Amino acid sequence: MTPTVGVLALQGAFAAHAAILEQLGVSTTEIRRDAQLDAVDALVMPGGESTTMSMLLERSGMLEPLGARINAGLPVFGTCAGMILLSAEVKDGRPDQRVLGAIDITTRRNGYGRQTESFESDLDIAGLDAPFHGVFIRAPIVERVGESVSVLASVEGDAVLCRQANVTVASFHPELADDDRLHSMWLKEFA
Amino acid sequence: MTKLWDWYSGTPDKLRGMSESTERATGSPLVKRGLAEMLKGGVIMDVVNPEQAKIAEDAGAVAVMALERVPSDIRRDGGVSRMSDPEMIVGIQQTVSIPVMAKARIGHFAEAQILQALDVDYIDESEVLTPADEAHHIDKWAFTVPFVCGATNLGEALRRISEGACMIRSKGEAGTGNVVEAVRHLRSIIGDIGKITKADSAELFDWAKQLQAPLPLVQEIAETGELPVPMFCAGGLSTPADASLVMQLGAQAVFVGSGIFKSDEPAKMATAIVEAATHYRDPDILVKVSTGLGSAMKGLEIATLETKLAERGW
Repeated sequence: MTPTVGVLALQGAFAAHAAILEQLGVSTTEIRRDAQLDAVDALVMPGGESTTMSMLLERSGMLEPLGARINAGLPVFGTCAGMILLSAEVKDGRPDQRVLGAIDITTRRNGYGRQTESFESDLDIAGLDAPFHGVFIRAPIVERVGESVSVLASVEGDAVLCRQANVTVASFHPELADDDRLHSMWLKEFA
Repeated sequence: MTKLWDWYSGTPDKLRGMSESTERATGSPLVKRGLAEMLKGGVIMDVVNPEQAKIAEDAGAVAVMALERVPSDIRRDGGVSRMSDPEMIVGIQQTVSIPVMAKARIGHFAEAQILQALDVDYIDESEVLTPADEAHHIDKWAFTVPFVCGATNLGEALRRISEGACMIRSKGEAGTGNVVEAVRHLRSIIGDIGKITKADSAELFDWAKQLQAPLPLVQEIAETGELPVPMFCAGGLSTPADASLVMQLGAQAVFVGSGIFKSDEPAKMATAIVEAATHYRDPDILVKVSTGLGSAMKGLEIATLETKLAERGW
């Protein structure tokens, strides 16, 4: 049976993720309320503004149920803001910003700088034959990687793609790269 | 997704979509448009000082737009309206960590150069300020910082995109608290996109002529059924219901100007509009967030206006 992948749609680049996943033949559903989480076999947490998403997760009462589902093994793929929300700790966030602590990394929000420092760069990703084009938009920088975390790609010595058990995170935007290989690789982990 | 930029295949690498360089590249069209992709589903709020910026960020704004006066005050006080004081922009950048946008006058590339040097995250080449050039918009390809521009119709949107805008916002009529013009502009843009997708290949030449827009962009829309850059909505939005309305009509995010800080309770109104932009199709949540907000801004009938800001731009 093909899985149903939820795409957290509180804010950000959720539609671009859904479009790539649909091209890969899985059905997707937009998630804005906690009850909608029950119907999904995996979840994408897209890029966007992490402080906004943190507030919307809290106000909708979705933060705790989401954390519980991920702890119970829900496969999840977080990009950019999604990576921040899944991390153990965030620096340069708002004091009231919440994180789920699902992967043992520390991120620094906008660690590469403001928009004029946003960049694209080819990446070598463990498990992919040819380079992948990484698009980094006011991206978080990974400052600490825990022992149980595998680093699948780096840029100038900093981890940009990490995995720990059911949680995969990227500081770049595979949904903007016109390349479905990373989504495809993620789907193969559980489908 | 990167089709538009194929059209620029005769131009230097940096003007195309994805950079062909395997090294680190900044300021490419994809990187510029990328930030607009990240703002989708969010609310960008006009602010005139760091205190307002803090209220906006606390409410969940995805970005703030720094300007000298909100549109309703520009309308009331008159005079020439210009780029903001750099000191004010820096003060806002130091106060909030979300993206900071700022407005430059139409055609005023020197203001845009100053804003880029200030490291703002997006420049709005805006009809809300007094135009500096009656024929030419800024050549936005020449900048590393991305630009958003207003449009009242599809032709205007495509001309701005051909000049390098990476985000379009329907103009509406800023500072009125009246959503009717925003709806008119959105319906016009989306309606024409729908018609173009049904046109045959011969009719596309006439569409390009009627719209005064580049043919390759018209042909691209015929194929994809959407603008090649994100389309947001601005101008006259002042309640959560207004945000829901324009998002349901097809806007991918909203700009709110006077509507927040000219309402009775700006912090509450700002939070409610943020919730409405996310849950725009969920009437139960919209009831909840629309309740107990106090008065929205008073607002103006379009027919009584002396100056229509939306008519600025060419």
